[in-house]
Amino acid sequence: MTPSHKTAPYRFDSVLIANRGEIACRIIRTARSMGLRTLAVYSEADQHAQHVSLADEALMIGPAAARDSYLRIDRVIAAAIESGAQAIHPGYGFLSENVAFAQACDEAGIVFIGPPVAAIEAMGSKSAAKALMASSGVPLVPGYHGAGQDIETLGRAAEECQYPVLIKASAGGGGKGMRIANSAEDLPEAVAAARREAKASFGNDHVLVEKFIQRPRHIEVQIFGDHHGNVVSLFDRECTLQRRHQKVLEEAPSSSLDESQRDAICEAARSAGRAVGYTGAGTVEFVANDDGFYFIEMNTRLQVEHPVTEMITGLDLVEWQLRVAFGEPLPLAQDQISRRGHSFEARIYAEDPESGFLPATGTIAEWRQPEPAEWLRIDSGFRTGDAITANYDPMIAKLIVHGDDRRQALHRLNRALDGFRITGVKTNVAFLKTLASRPEVAAGDMDTGFIERELTTLVTPQLDISPADLAAAVAAVLMRERATLTPGQASPWTMGDGWMLAGSRRRRFDFENAGGLHRAFLHYRRSGTELEVESVVHPLDFARRDDDRIDVFFRGRKEVVDALWSGRTLDFVTPRGRRRVHHVDILSKAFEAAGPDPSFRAPMPGVIQQILAEPGAHLLRGTPVLVMEAMKMEHTIRAPVDGRLVTLNCRVGDLVEEGENLAAFEADAP
Amino acid sequence: MPVLPSEIDNRSAEFAANVAAMRTLVDDLREKLAVAAVGGSPEARARHMARNKLLARERIDLLLDPGTAFLEIAPLAAHGLYGGDVHSAGVVAGVGRISGRDCMVVANDATIKGGTYHPMTVKKHLRAQDIARENNLPCIYMVDSGGAFLPQQDEIFPDERNFGRIFYNQARMSAAGIPQIAIVMGSCTAGGAYVPAMSDESIIVRNQGTIFLGGPPLVKAATGEVVTAEDLGGAEVHSRQSGVVDHYANDDHHAIGIARSIVASTNLPAPSPRNVIAPRDPLYPAEDLYGIVPSDLRKPYDVHEVIARIVDGSEFDEFKQLFGKTLVCGTAHIWGHPVGIIANNGVLFSESAQKGAHFIELCSQRQTPLVFLQNITGFMVGQKYEAGGIAKDGAKLVTAVATTSVPKYTVVIGGSYGAGNYGMCGRAYSPRFMWMWPNARIAVMGGESAATVLGIIKREGIEKAGGTWSEDEEESFKAPIRAQYEVQGNPYYATARLWDDGIIDPADTRRVLGLALSAGTNAPIEPTRFGVFRM
Repeated sequence: MTPSHKTAPYRFDSVLIANRGEIACRIIRTARSMGLRTLAVYSEADQHAQHVSLADEALMIGPAAARDSYLRIDRVIAAAIESGAQAIHPGYGFLSENVAFAQACDEAGIVFIGPPVAAIEAMGSKSAAKALMASSGVPLVPGYHGAGQDIETLGRAAEECQYPVLIKASAGGGGKGMRIANSAEDLPEAVAAARREAKASFGNDHVLVEKFIQRPRHIEVQIFGDHHGNVVSLFDRECTLQRRHQKVLEEAPSSSLDESQRDAICEAARSAGRAVGYTGAGTVEFVANDDGFYFIEMNTRLQVEHPVTEMITGLDLVEWQLRVAFGEPLPLAQDQISRRGHSFEARIYAEDPESGFLPATGTIAEWRQPEPAEWLRIDSGFRTGDAITANYDPMIAKLIVHGDDRRQALHRLNRALDGFRITGVKTNVAFLKTLASRPEVAAGDMDTGFIERELTTLVTPQLDISPADLAAAVAAVLMRERATLTPGQASPWTMGDGWMLAGSRRRRFDFENAGGLHRAFLHYRRSGTELEVESVVHPLDFARRDDDRIDVFFRGRKEVVDALWSGRTLDFVTPRGRRRVHHVDILSKAFEAAGPDPSFRAPMPGVIQQILAEPGAHLLRGTPVLVMEAMKMEHTIRAPVDGRLVTLNCRVGDLVEEGENLAAFEADAP
Repeated sequence: MPVLPSEIDNRSAEFAANVAAMRTLVDDLREKLAVAAVGGSPEARARHMARNKLLARERIDLLLDPGTAFLEIAPLAAHGLYGGDVHSAGVVAGVGRISGRDCMVVANDATIKGGTYHPMTVKKHLRAQDIARENNLPCIYMVDSGGAFLPQQDEIFPDERNFGRIFYNQARMSAAGIPQIAIVMGSCTAGGAYVPAMSDESIIVRNQGTIFLGGPPLVKAATGEVVTAEDLGGAEVHSRQSGVVDHYANDDHHAIGIARSIVASTNLPAPSPRNVIAPRDPLYPAEDLYGIVPSDLRKPYDVHEVIARIVDGSEFDEFKQLFGKTLVCGTAHIWGHPVGIIANNGVLFSESAQKGAHFIELCSQRQTPLVFLQNITGFMVGQKYEAGGIAKDGAKLVTAVATTSVPKYTVVIGGSYGAGNYGMCGRAYSPRFMWMWPNARIAVMGGESAATVLGIIKREGIEKAGGTWSEDEEESFKAPIRAQYEVQGNPYYATARLWDDGIIDPADTRRVLGLALSAGTNAPIEPTRFGVFRM
């Protein structure tokens, strides 16, 4: 296939970035370093966004909703024309894989920084893409999609795929009409069951047979093509740690491939690229396990996770995209591309893992990043004071680390996650930290179902609270008090030392979590504070660090604690992991207060009008017992608590005095 | 401001001996305080806690803002009196921060004789109220008391400053806009019932607090009615029927939480201290004071060394440095609060007294609080000095001390004898607070002087009647006088009787003064109107 662009590639000198957030910022930085004039577009909601302030010029393209702004082809093209942009970089998402947009650019005489329209089209349809790949020798998941539905044909197909196999409704979806057969014996029953369900769900009992990929991993290969017919691969990435097809933690290279497998998968990816006459950056995605790898789809854009490839190759993929768009040949030939070390990327989302990962909104009250290091890269488009709205993707930053090997890179990822502190909006940072600390992840022992399977243990904070954890929690309380009790000048009252003339003071701290109540006592002594946990006493001291975390000195060691408060709920991270406790206010516990008055006294003088309950009856709280009329108002007297009505001291028509006891009532034992 | 130099030799044998002597005194003080802080007997405490009640000091801990200081008053009141076990006179009192506001807390200790009021209990309660009134501090009464200690009713009930004065004070303070809050955490019997009833707002703990004019035994005796304490005056009765209390609490913790909310809602204006600056530590360690002060009270030392260890940055602007040098006067800051300091550096002469009166006039004009560091044997005596008018110069100083309206704080750091006590703002001159160091002595004169004076008079009487008095007879006459003065001049004898607000570790002087000065800013300083100065 040949490029179908009307607009021939050339050395343009201005580029419009049709995107927002971290990717827009990231593209602007490279484009600017290459001497290009950078133009941003923005919605009404994004006027103060970082990509707008970074760009040389920016044009407003509509209201906050993406469909009215960033997804409006006409407005983006109009902005490009108005600003004189000669090229458009679509980033990822939004219009990046939109054929109509690529065509619109072409027609407007603007260079679309991406593959040819034909390649987007070819890869846009999954079935057409698979057929094309099969013809180019790229491996697909073995299967049978034929018309023959007799059990012998299906059985032969299953043998060819090798067991276990998946029997699926041809018209299927959503897991309906799907059965796994582990062996030939299982097959008839699995087929019968799949057919029944298929018939019931889709009105069609046609099934297909596919190899069942056990413990699948997601491996993808970064490829690049130019206008001179070159296609190279930039090694593989592994994105197995996903949640509902949303990638969470990515790495490069994959830990599960040996060198010959790596060569094979990269060769397959290049074949795929060549098959569609690919230019620019593309990603070929595979599902893989110990048995092999199989093509799933190709993404014709820059991927979110491209930085891990950049980290191990030392290349700037946006620069490569721009050079290809200029019409230059690829900067390096295949044998000049090498890799070094290992890289991880963690995607930081504004979401609440504990409420089913619902997107979170709010204003960023505090945005603290880990300290800069040459092995650390943070791609973000947000800062303190920015609003996170429901209009756009909740991903707010990418944390990328590099290490000499996987172990070091993972360690650095963990350290860097500890250094993130974002408040004002809920994030998945703690979840990422828990995930990155898992031994399975360290061992590379994972598959795409890992997060879903382990969700409970990944999302729920740890419940065990050690004495050191209690020390950390107490220090967090004292640190917060120090800030609120001493607002102005130092005062002899508020030194936090519990000073007094006679005796010494002891303070109780109660913390609760699902694991129960955790108690500690703080002793204020002349020599300093001491913490008593389970009758063992050790000195406790603490100090605020410049990064707002707390140095906690307890039992002869110092540890760094990150504490986040929300009301009286404390989330804290220690070297032992994340914990969440509720700091009990021991002075206002159980505000059941004075229970209701258990007597049946007449509230004022009046006449009994109705009696609604029988003596001896067991009544639930709130059950009406008597109605009396007083001062022309009707008053209903109800059971104050659950209990038994013993006797009634009045009859209908009785005139009763204020305070007269109208009934004897026995409250249930609590 | 000029920085005070320090010229002590902290490696000298004398310094070491002084340290050893003072440390013994301080250790002894700590031990006495620790004993007092425990409260009642183990059995009494166990009984109390078995009822799910908190001890008096635990209640105060919870009532105060967490980790803040507590300036306790007279923790050793009744020390050695009433058999020696009525620690703190059965009531814990002091100034502390509650919901960000300085308050006076008075908590009965029911583990000591049922929290009943002995004469010193009454005196301490009234003293706490005086401090609250003078400093404009809301009062929180944590009531758990059986009322008057009946065997001593004659010393508790009828006089002007006896039990009834507690309620008089409550009414007067309430009238002055000083919140009166009671938490009924145990009995409030007879007169005690008026503590919550006279309060602006009150709280009662269910199944624990009771309020009645006559308890069940009295009711039975008087009318034959048999009734439980709870039915007679428990939380249900008083929250639902009588309206004697305003808040119903489930337990001590809950009640204390309510009290904290009440203080938070008092809506009192924030104190507006004048020209308070950021505090700075003194340049020299406070523990040096142990070595500076001689173990023998009669040995002179330079009081500048003491001032240098109390004031911010050891900075002191001395007034009339070259005149009347036995009385050191000057301005400084303590915990950021501007103060005028008046400290003895020898016996008072006419010039010293004139200088002191002048300096008090200055501080009154400028509304600067005064701190007196008392170490005084008295005014100079002798024909020359009487003729020089030392009595009228002493009177000037006493007039100035008595009539100034600025807050006064007195620390007895050595001797406090005779008219020196008056001129240096002893108890009778209403300092806002008064403390003693454990080495201090207080009496009309020293034991030796008293024995000598009385010996001379006795000898004159005997010899006039023609009798003779041997040296041995004289000595056996004087010895018990010396002994009596030693006992009565001892700071523990003084503090047991509320002649001060407590004995303090010299190293705590700066902190204690800082807390008291800070508490003092809650009350505005009225303009001073001096009396007639005899010229």
